[in-house]
Amino acid sequence: MEGLQVKVEAKMAMNTDSNSKPNTGADLLVKALIQEKVDTLFGYPGGAVLPIYDAIYRAGDGFEHILTRHEQGAIHAAEGYARVSGKPGVVIATSGPGATNLITGIADAMMDSLPLVIFTGQVASNVIGTDAFQEADVMGITTPITKHNYQVQSISDLPRIVREAFHIASTGRPGPVVVDIPKNISSGPAEEEYESTFYLPGYQPNLKPNPLQIKKLEDALAKAKKPVLLTGAGIIHGNASEELKAFAHHHAIPVTNTLLGLGGYPGNDELFLGMAGMHGTYAANMALYECDLLINIGSRFDDRLTGKLEHFAPNATVAHVDIDPAEIGKNITTHIPIVADSKEALKVLQKHDVESTNHGDWLRHLQEYKEEYPLWYNNPEEKMVPQWLMEKVHEATNGDAVVTTDVGQHQMWAAQYYTFNEPNRWVTSGGLGTMGFGFPAAIGAYLANPEKASVAVVGDGGFQMTMQELSILQEKRYPVKVVIVNNEALGMVRQWQEKFYEERYSESLLHTQPDFVKLSESYNVNALKIESQQHLEEVLPELMQNDEPVVLDCRVLQQENVYPMIAPGKGLHEMIGVKPT
Amino acid sequence: MKRIITATVQNRSGVLNRITGLLQKRQFNIESISVGRTETEGISKMTFVVDVEDFQKLEQLTKQLNKQVDVLKVSDITEKAIVARELALIKIGSNAQQRSEIQGIIEPFRADVIDVSKESLTVQATGKSEKIEALIELLRPYGIKELARTGLTAFQRGQQPQVADLTSSYSLLQ
Repeated sequence: MEGLQVKVEAKMAMNTDSNSKPNTGADLLVKALIQEKVDTLFGYPGGAVLPIYDAIYRAGDGFEHILTRHEQGAIHAAEGYARVSGKPGVVIATSGPGATNLITGIADAMMDSLPLVIFTGQVASNVIGTDAFQEADVMGITTPITKHNYQVQSISDLPRIVREAFHIASTGRPGPVVVDIPKNISSGPAEEEYESTFYLPGYQPNLKPNPLQIKKLEDALAKAKKPVLLTGAGIIHGNASEELKAFAHHHAIPVTNTLLGLGGYPGNDELFLGMAGMHGTYAANMALYECDLLINIGSRFDDRLTGKLEHFAPNATVAHVDIDPAEIGKNITTHIPIVADSKEALKVLQKHDVESTNHGDWLRHLQEYKEEYPLWYNNPEEKMVPQWLMEKVHEATNGDAVVTTDVGQHQMWAAQYYTFNEPNRWVTSGGLGTMGFGFPAAIGAYLANPEKASVAVVGDGGFQMTMQELSILQEKRYPVKVVIVNNEALGMVRQWQEKFYEERYSESLLHTQPDFVKLSESYNVNALKIESQQHLEEVLPELMQNDEPVVLDCRVLQQENVYPMIAPGKGLHEMIGVKPT
Repeated sequence: MKRIITATVQNRSGVLNRITGLLQKRQFNIESISVGRTETEGISKMTFVVDVEDFQKLEQLTKQLNKQVDVLKVSDITEKAIVARELALIKIGSNAQQRSEIQGIIEPFRADVIDVSKESLTVQATGKSEKIEALIELLRPYGIKELARTGLTAFQRGQQPQVADLTSSYSLLQ
C-alpha cells in the first residue's frame, strides 16, 4: 500500500509537469487525443510504443486505458465501443506482433463500417526495411483492410495526421484508420505547436441526396403495389431510426432488416417482417422475392442477405440509398441510385409528403406469411434449447440490454429470438464473421454505455478464442454477463456438415472443454454451469440485473440447428426448415 | 473490353501501392500503368489500361478508385478525343551492314537510334501502342536482345469534338 501511495504521488507530480508543454512526439500525440475528446483507450504496450505509454502515464487520469491480454481483445473491445457510442474506438499496439495481432479486428471493422483509429508503434525510421526486431510492414499489411492509413514521417505531421485520422474514420462511411508511428517520432523532441488544420480534397463524402433521384423514387413509390423497405446498419450509423419509422408508417411500407440493421427499426412494430437473409424469416425473404419496389437504405446487399442473385427481388424496381457510391450497383442492378446519408435522404422524403398507392392487399398477404410461417423450435422442456435460452435472456434484460455475439449458430439465434426495439443494442460481427469477437466487444460496449446491461452471447468455440479477457472483468469488475451457448461443438460448422457433408463431422465436435466455471473462478469472476431450464429460470433474472460480472456455461442440445435457412446457392423463395418438423 | 482510365492523385507515400492493391483485391485486370508528376506540385497522374468484362465492372472500378482518400479525380477517357503515347526502348542485334537497313525500317515510324555498339543498336519509339507493336514485329527478325515499354500515358485533347460530330468512336483501343 505504501508503494502505491508513492506511485500515485509521483504520477501527480509528473502530471503538473506535463501540463507545461509537450516535449516529445508522444506528448504531442496525447495532446491530440485529448483534443479529439478521447477518453478510453484499448491497448497493449511494447517496445515501440513505450514512449507513448510513458506520455499517457505522465498525462495522468485523462484516459481510461483498458489493458487487454491480447491485442485482438483490444481491437474487438474498441469495435464494441465504437458500435454503441458512435465515436471512434481508439487502439494502441506495439510494432510487429502487436500490430499483426490487430489484423482480424481491423478487417472486421472495415467490413462492418466501424470507426476506429489505431495507433501502431513502428521501429525507428532509420531501421525500417531492415527486418529489425519486431518490425512488420504495417502499411503494406493494413492497406487493403483500412479506410486509410498513415506512417508518420515527421513529428510536425503528427497533429495533422491525428486530426485527419479521426475525421476519416468517423465521417462518410465509417471505417478503421491506422496511424503507424516510428519510435524515433514518438520519442523525438517536439515543439509546442504545429499546424493541425487539414485539407482533404479527395475525401468529400456526399450527404445530401440528389433531388432528381429522390423524385424518381417518389414516382416509383406512387406506382408501386408491393413496396418493401430493406434497411441495414446505415440507418444506425446515420442515426435515422426515427425518420425511418415515420417514413414507413406514413406510407405503410413493410420493413425488413439485415443482420447488422437489427434495432434500426423496432422489432415489435406491426410493419416489421423480421430479419431477412440466410436465416431470416419466411415473410421477410418472400417480401424481398415478391416485391415490385425495393427501397434499400444503408445495406450493401451482402451475399448472406441476397442468396442467389438471380432470385433476389427479380421483378422489382430497386432503389438504393447509400453513403458509399461504390456500394450502389456493386452486387445488384440498381434503377434508382441515391448517394446520401440515410437521415438526410429520409428527411427529404418526409418533407415531400408524396402520395403512395393503397397496398393493403400486399400488407395482408405478408401478414399471412408472418402468421403461417413464424420462427419455430421444438422445446423438450427438460434440456435447454438455445432459442428458448435467447428468449429468457430477452425477458431477464427487459429486451433493453446491449447484446454482442461471435459468429455462428448462437449469433443467428440471438438475432432471431432477442427482439431489438432500439438502435445501438446489437453488436455482432457481420461481414467478416469473426469468432472471438463477442466477449471483448461486450467490454467495449459496456464502456460506451454503462447504463445498459452488456450481455455477450458467445459459443463455446468463440469464447475460447478471447476468453483471456476475463482478466479485465477480474480487475475492473465491469458487470458484463457472458452467456456461453455451449453445445460442445462448432455449431454452425456442425450444422453444415450435417446438411451438406452427409454428417461427416470433421473436427467440429469439441470433445474436450475447459471447466468454464473453474476457469472463470480463477479470474475471480463468478460463474455457473446451467443444464436445466428450471435452473436457468431460477438464477437468470437476478444475475442479469446485479452489478457483478458473471459467466454462465449454458449446456444446450448439441443437435439443434438454425432454421429456417436458405441453402447456399439457392434463392430467397427456396427456404428450407420453414415449418416445424 | 479495354479502357483507358486516368487518375489524378495526391503524391503521398504508398499511393501507388494502395491503388494497385485495390485493383488486385477487386480482381481488375491491369494491362499497363504509368505514373508521373504533373504541372502541379504534389499531384501525380496515373494512366491505366485495364481489361474489364462489362460496364458494370467498369463503374465499380472508377467508383472504387474514387473512394481512395488520395485520389482527386478519375476519368474514363476511352471514348474521348485523346492524345495517348507509349515509349519503347528496343535493343536489337545488328552488325554494321544491317544498320542502314534497320534505319530504313524505323524511319516511317519516326523512331530513333539512340545507342550503337559493335553487335547491337537501341531504338527509341513513341506512339500509340499499335504502332509500337508493329515496329517490334518488324525488328523481331534481327533478334531482340532487350525490350522495355512504359505503358500508355494519355490525356484529353485540348478540344473535344461536338457530340453531333461523333459519327464514330474515338477509342484507340477498339
